[in-house]
Amino acid sequence: MPLRPKLEARDIARTLAATAAITGLIATAACGSRAGEETVAAESCVDTSGDTVKVGALNSLSGTMSISETTVRDAIYLAVAEINAAGGVQGKEIEIVAEDGASEPTVFAEKAEKLIREDCVAAVFGGWTSASRKAMLPVFEDNDSLLYYPVQYEGLEASPNIFYTGATTNQQIIPALDYLAETGVESLYLVGSDYVFPRTANAIINAYAADHGIEVLGEDYAQLGSVEFSTIVNQVSASGADAVFNTLNGDSNVAFFREYANVGLTPEEMPVMSVSIAEEEVGGIGIENIEGQLAAWNYYQTVESPENAAFVEAFKTEYGDERVTSDPMEAAYNSVYLWAATVEKAGSFAVADIQANADGVSFASPEGTVVINGDNHHVAKTARIGEIRSDGLLYTVWESDGPIEPDPFLEGYDWAAELTVTE
Amino acid sequence: MDLFVGQLFTGLSTGSILLLAALGLSLTFGQMGVINMAHGEFIMAGCYTAYVTQQVVGDAGVSLLIALPIGFLVGGAMGLVLESLLLRRLYHRPLDTLLVTFGVGLVLQQVARDVFGAPAVNVTVPEPLRGGVDLLGTTVPKTRLFIMALAVVAVAAVTLVLRFTPAGRRIRAVVGNRDLAETAGVSSRRVDAGTFFIGSGLAGVAGVALTLIGSTSPTTGQSYLVDAFLVVVAGGMGRIKGAVVAAVALGTFQAVFETYSTASLAKVGVFVVIVVFLQLRPQGLFTLRTRSLA
Repeated sequence: MPLRPKLEARDIARTLAATAAITGLIATAACGSRAGEETVAAESCVDTSGDTVKVGALNSLSGTMSISETTVRDAIYLAVAEINAAGGVQGKEIEIVAEDGASEPTVFAEKAEKLIREDCVAAVFGGWTSASRKAMLPVFEDNDSLLYYPVQYEGLEASPNIFYTGATTNQQIIPALDYLAETGVESLYLVGSDYVFPRTANAIINAYAADHGIEVLGEDYAQLGSVEFSTIVNQVSASGADAVFNTLNGDSNVAFFREYANVGLTPEEMPVMSVSIAEEEVGGIGIENIEGQLAAWNYYQTVESPENAAFVEAFKTEYGDERVTSDPMEAAYNSVYLWAATVEKAGSFAVADIQANADGVSFASPEGTVVINGDNHHVAKTARIGEIRSDGLLYTVWESDGPIEPDPFLEGYDWAAELTVTE
Repeated sequence: MDLFVGQLFTGLSTGSILLLAALGLSLTFGQMGVINMAHGEFIMAGCYTAYVTQQVVGDAGVSLLIALPIGFLVGGAMGLVLESLLLRRLYHRPLDTLLVTFGVGLVLQQVARDVFGAPAVNVTVPEPLRGGVDLLGTTVPKTRLFIMALAVVAVAAVTLVLRFTPAGRRIRAVVGNRDLAETAGVSSRRVDAGTFFIGSGLAGVAGVALTLIGSTSPTTGQSYLVDAFLVVVAGGMGRIKGAVVAAVALGTFQAVFETYSTASLAKVGVFVVIVVFLQLRPQGLFTLRTRSLA
C-alpha cells in the first residue's frame, strides 16, 4: 500500500493547518471588540463543506508515556490512510491534525481545547493514562465534542462525549479471574503500581474473591517506576499463593519479573496474570524471565482471523517488519473505523447525530466483531487470556464465548454492588 | 522469623544497590558540592553501555565484564564534558547548576529515546548469575550477590585512591581547603575535572551492574536519583564512610519496614526517618571537618 507519500502530504497539511491556526489566532486577537460573540463556545466550528474532514490525533510523543502512545498514534494513522484509500468518510478525505500530549494531563486538556476550538476537528482520537482522560473529559463535555479513547481502564465512567474502545473491567479483569478460578486457583497475591488503576482493579478483585471463595493472601503496591522488588517477591514467595495478579505498570515490570525468575518462581508453580504487559513490553523484560506467564487482553498479534492477518500485514508493511501489534493499538485502529461507520450511518459529522446513531454500530475488527453500546459508549469485546511464548508473542489459551457486553459500573454483578456505591 | 532474617539480608542487598548508585554522587555532590541532577542519566548511560556491549560481543558473561570498565569510561567522559563545558562556569552558583544539570538530564533522556527507542531494551543476564542461592531461609538472587560484591570492590577502590594515591591526596586537599591547596601548587581546576570524572565514571559502572536487576530504558536513571541524593545527604557530605553506613541503614530500614507494611508506606517511613534525623543532625551521620575559612 503506498502509504508513505500520503504521510508526507499529511506533514505538509499539518504545517498548513498550524499556519492557519496561528493566522486565526492573530485574526481573533485583532478583532478584540468581537470577543463577546466568541464566548458561545459550544457552537461547533467544524466545517465539513469541503472535500476533507479534520480529526485530531492526541498522543504523547514525548515524555514517559511516549513509549506506548507513539504505537497508538501509528495505528490511528494506518486506519485513516486505509479509510482514505477506500474513498474516505461520506466521500470526504480524512485529514489528521496531530498534537503531542507530552505525558502531561494538563497538556492533554490544553491541546484538546486547541484541536476543538482552533483546528475545528470533528473528533479526537487518543489519550492513554486515566489521568489524561480525566483531564480531557470536561473539555470535551464543555465544548460538546467527541473523544475516542483506546485503552483498557478501570471503568466507573461513561461520558456522552467519550467513546471507550478499550476494555472496561468486566471485559478484562473479571474474565481473567474467571479463568484463574476455572484452572483451580484458590488463593491470590496482588501486586500493583500505586495509582488509580491498580487500586480500583484490586478492589474489584477483592470483591470477586470474597464472593468466589478465593483467598487473597497479600496486596502490595510499589511506587510507579520503582525497581526494588526484593521484599515484595520474597513475600509473594513466602505466601505460597496459587497465582499472582499483577497490575504493575511500565519499567517496574522488568525489575519484578527478573526478581521473580531469579528467586526460582516459575509459571508452573505460581503463574502471574498481568493486565499491563503486551507484545511491546515483553522485549524489555527479557523473554527468559517471562516465558509461560499469562496476560489478559482482548487482542493479540497472533489472533487468527482474516481481518487480523490483513491488519498485521498492513502495519508491518507501513512501519517495518520488526514492529508488533498490541491491544491498545488495535483498539485505536478500531476507534477510527467505528467513528467512520457511525458517521456513515448518521449521514452527518455532527456530534448529536453521532451520539444518536452510535448504538449498534459494529466493525469486523482484528479481534473479532466489536459493537458500540449506545448507553455507556463502550464497545462489546471478546476477552482473551494469552500465554507468553518463546518468540515473545502472546498466544490465546482461553477466550470468551463471543463479545462481552460492556458494563463499566459492574451493575450486572451482585458482588460488585458495594464497590459501585463507594466509588 | 526466617522472613525477618531474610529481610535483613534483603536490606543489605538493597543497601548495596543504593550505595552503588550513590557512590559517584558522594564524590561529585559530597566532595565538590555540585548538585548534579544528570547523575541518574549517567547511570542510564551505563545501562545502555551494557546493552550495546552485549549486542557487539554476544556472550553475556564476557560482555558484562568488558562493559564494567567501558561503562566507567563512558560515564566519566560524559562527566568530563559536562564539567568542562558547563559546570566549570557555574561553581559557587549551586541553584544554576541544579537547573542546568536537570536540563542536561532531560536532553540525555531524549537522546537515548531517539537512539535506542522509547521501549525498554533487554540486557540478558549471564547464565552463571541466573537463579538464586539459599541463604538463611530465603532465596537470594545471584545477581544481587554480584552487586553486593561489586559495591564492596567499588568502595574499596575509591577509598584506596583517595587515601593512598597522589591524585587522591590532591582531591582531599582541595575539598579541605581550596585556597590553601592552590597556594601549595595544586591545580584545583584539574582536580575538579578529575573528581568529576571518577564520580561520573562510578555512575556508569553502577548503570552496567543495575541492568542485571532493573530495566534499561531512557527513564531508568530517574528511579535511582532521589535515593542516591538521600544516601549522600543522610550520610554526611563528603564522607564515603557516611554513604556506606547510610545506604545500608536505609536499605535495611526499607526492607524491614516493607515486610510489616507496604512498599509505598515503607518509602514514606524512610523519608520521615530522614527528615527527623536531619532535624537532629543536619550535617548527616559523619561530618567532614574542613579547614576552610568560609
